[in-house]
Amino acid sequence: MSEAAVALPRPAGARVLTWLQNYGVYAAIGVLIVVNIGITPHFLSMENLRTQLVQVAPIVIVSLGMALVIGTEGVDLSVGSVMALATALLPLYLGYGVGPAILVALLGGVAVGLVNGSLVAFVRVQPIVATLALFVGGRGLALVLAGGQLKDVHNAALLDLGSSSVVGVPLPVVVAGALTLLVAGVVRRTTFGRQLVAIGGNRTASVLSGLPVRRVLLLVYVLSGLLAAVAGVLATARLQASDPSSLGLLMELSAITAVVVGGTPLTGGRVRVLGTVAGALLIQLVRATLIKHDLPDSVAQMVQAVIILAAVYAARGGAGR
Amino acid sequence: MTVTKPEDRRPPHDDAPVLEARDIVKRFTGVLALDHVSLSLRPGEVHALVGENGAGKSTLIKVITGVHRPDEGSVLLAGRPAGFAGPLDAQRAGVQAVHQEIGLVPDLSIARNLLLGREPRRALGLIDSRRMHETAARTLTSYGVRVDVRLPLRSLGVGAQQMVALARAVSVDARVVIMDEPTSSLEPREVDTLFGVIDRLRDQGIAVLYVSHRLDELYRICDGVTVLRDGRVVHQGALADLDRLRLVSLMLGRDVAKVRAEGVTRFSGAHEVSGEPVLEAHGLSSRYLLDDVSLTVRSGEVVGLGGLLGAGRTETAKAIAGALPLDAGRVTVAGLSVRRGSAGAAVRAGIALLPEDRKAEGIVPTLSVRDNIALAALPRLARAGVVSDARIDRIVDTFMKRLRIKATGPHQPVAELSGGNQQKVLLARWLATEPKVLLLDEPTRGIDVGAKAEVQALVDELAETGLGVLLISSDLEELVEGSDRVVVLKDGAVVGELTGDELTEEGVMTTIAQGVS
Repeated sequence: MSEAAVALPRPAGARVLTWLQNYGVYAAIGVLIVVNIGITPHFLSMENLRTQLVQVAPIVIVSLGMALVIGTEGVDLSVGSVMALATALLPLYLGYGVGPAILVALLGGVAVGLVNGSLVAFVRVQPIVATLALFVGGRGLALVLAGGQLKDVHNAALLDLGSSSVVGVPLPVVVAGALTLLVAGVVRRTTFGRQLVAIGGNRTASVLSGLPVRRVLLLVYVLSGLLAAVAGVLATARLQASDPSSLGLLMELSAITAVVVGGTPLTGGRVRVLGTVAGALLIQLVRATLIKHDLPDSVAQMVQAVIILAAVYAARGGAGR
Repeated sequence: MTVTKPEDRRPPHDDAPVLEARDIVKRFTGVLALDHVSLSLRPGEVHALVGENGAGKSTLIKVITGVHRPDEGSVLLAGRPAGFAGPLDAQRAGVQAVHQEIGLVPDLSIARNLLLGREPRRALGLIDSRRMHETAARTLTSYGVRVDVRLPLRSLGVGAQQMVALARAVSVDARVVIMDEPTSSLEPREVDTLFGVIDRLRDQGIAVLYVSHRLDELYRICDGVTVLRDGRVVHQGALADLDRLRLVSLMLGRDVAKVRAEGVTRFSGAHEVSGEPVLEAHGLSSRYLLDDVSLTVRSGEVVGLGGLLGAGRTETAKAIAGALPLDAGRVTVAGLSVRRGSAGAAVRAGIALLPEDRKAEGIVPTLSVRDNIALAALPRLARAGVVSDARIDRIVDTFMKRLRIKATGPHQPVAELSGGNQQKVLLARWLATEPKVLLLDEPTRGIDVGAKAEVQALVDELAETGLGVLLISSDLEELVEGSDRVVVLKDGAVVGELTGDELTEEGVMTTIAQGVS
């Protein structure tokens, strides 16, 4: 019988697994960087680093919101569509100035979050179903708003968001960094953050402990929508165009991957903000490495699949459990 | 509706048992769930299977229906080894179990559910709907359910759904029907219909194994009885030969004669009761669960809630804590009315509920000891939504010391702690909110003896500081010695209240046995 084995102290293998769970993603990034310095020409060039970071910034921002949602044992499939909605709204209101246009785009994200959050918190629809509605409908709405066309963006102030730098660091990267710190602070230091994690860990216990469960869930989805809209605005500025038919496609999957690879369990109850950022960086690095060496994107996708499986394996604590 | 009287319901065929369980032993990872349990059912017999939580009733049913394989012993059907591979196999052989959670398909029509897998066919294997509906309607009418059988099953009430499940079970050549708490969601009228059906089964020579905690029902319908406790048969025989008090004492494991034994719990018993009511519940009612329950807890008083499993004790505590939807009723704390159906409002009013199911409803397994303790008190440990680590550390440290929580430190994951220490963490969570009323639902269940004594002493200590405590415990000794007053519930209603000299284990059992709701 296996009773005896269960009672034994955790063997060395389990300890390795725990370490991998906690730090595996950082180790993988380290290895990839070292390998790239060896085999990829100009990898360490300022130009390349900037490109990589600017590309990953929107993924990081969306993943932050996703991490909060997954922490509550939920998921937000609508983030890609929110990016499309944001990019569709921007050119419509640029006539009123950059500020109002961005504000409207962000409010679009908040509105989607309110719908998702209400369905999950009050109607008690499963998150995957609730957000599926706007995953489909959000992009449809964006295409209708944009008249189904790609529009070039010429507004100088908006384009500046994508191209300007703060002491050499591209603005989208600065925004992503600042938001990371902010979200990490929210999770660690606020009542809302602690309650969010508890709700994901045990919703019944949270209800019985008098936590404002519905309010917290609503706010979590609103934040996810808002962050996705921010990513949509930054991506529009960098691409210098509003293309709701392709912006943010498959973003939900990238974000979920980043969160899971970063060590946040899909079963909720834990949020690893820095791990999520590292997860996003890892995926970006893998993709960039393979593309630099002329391997097609399809190979990158397969490698991504392997990373996800490895992360899920580590998170489950090995095959036996 | 005719329900036959006990004297004239001798089984029609007094022959060999149709189903027999012989010397069943079943262990789960070392724990003995069934210890040489034997049970036999004759055709036409209605046999009661009773026992408290964890007595082994459901394990026995699962062994009989082939869900579990017994470690020792055997199940015989009509004298031959049954060896069912699973419930489906048992069903084919004529052993049908009707469970609380009804195993039907809510979205299919009532007729489809009734005849699932046996639908009348036309050529090409298509279902003959007309014939199916006719058959179904005819069958159900005979069970007192008159409905449009084309409607989806879920359009029916729970009681009627249960009747469909029963009709389905019986119509497939059943020889033995196992009913697990069949009346828990039935109206009195539906119970009568059910008993009518059971009488018919009896006449047809079908054996019924009837699991319930409702004494009145047992005495109305059952011939024989098997009482299980801690996996063992503690009594077996004709129900008519067993009086109610004796049955209750057998179920609870308290010998009527030895009940006045000296106390071994850590309760001191008497508290300084200030007289000011701190918690008042008026007329709490919830369909099927609670019927006009009222009680008062004074400051410094420990009020016990007595009753059998399913009597409504947990539901009463949950209702007071705002976690059970109520049809009627009012709760006040220190004279102030608490908004109904809101756990948040109850917590803010000073009500703390230590739930029965520690794992599912109490601890947050992904969090540390520290975060679990701070959980309910977060708003008061924060300013403008930002929590103060220093204040949390201080309060966590205080309670870890005061309750002697054994952990490697405040940051140890709570899931790694023993049951007793997890329970203390939950107590600490509530004490950190500075509650006025503490509702303790089985606070010492499943924790080791040492921790049990500590928790009991702590309950005493808390009451002395002026808290009002509502104590639920299936451990009669704990209930009687820990409480200043015991309110006895039966079938969701208050049937008695014991104080002073009346407050004995025997008194509680007598009230349970004889109380009329």
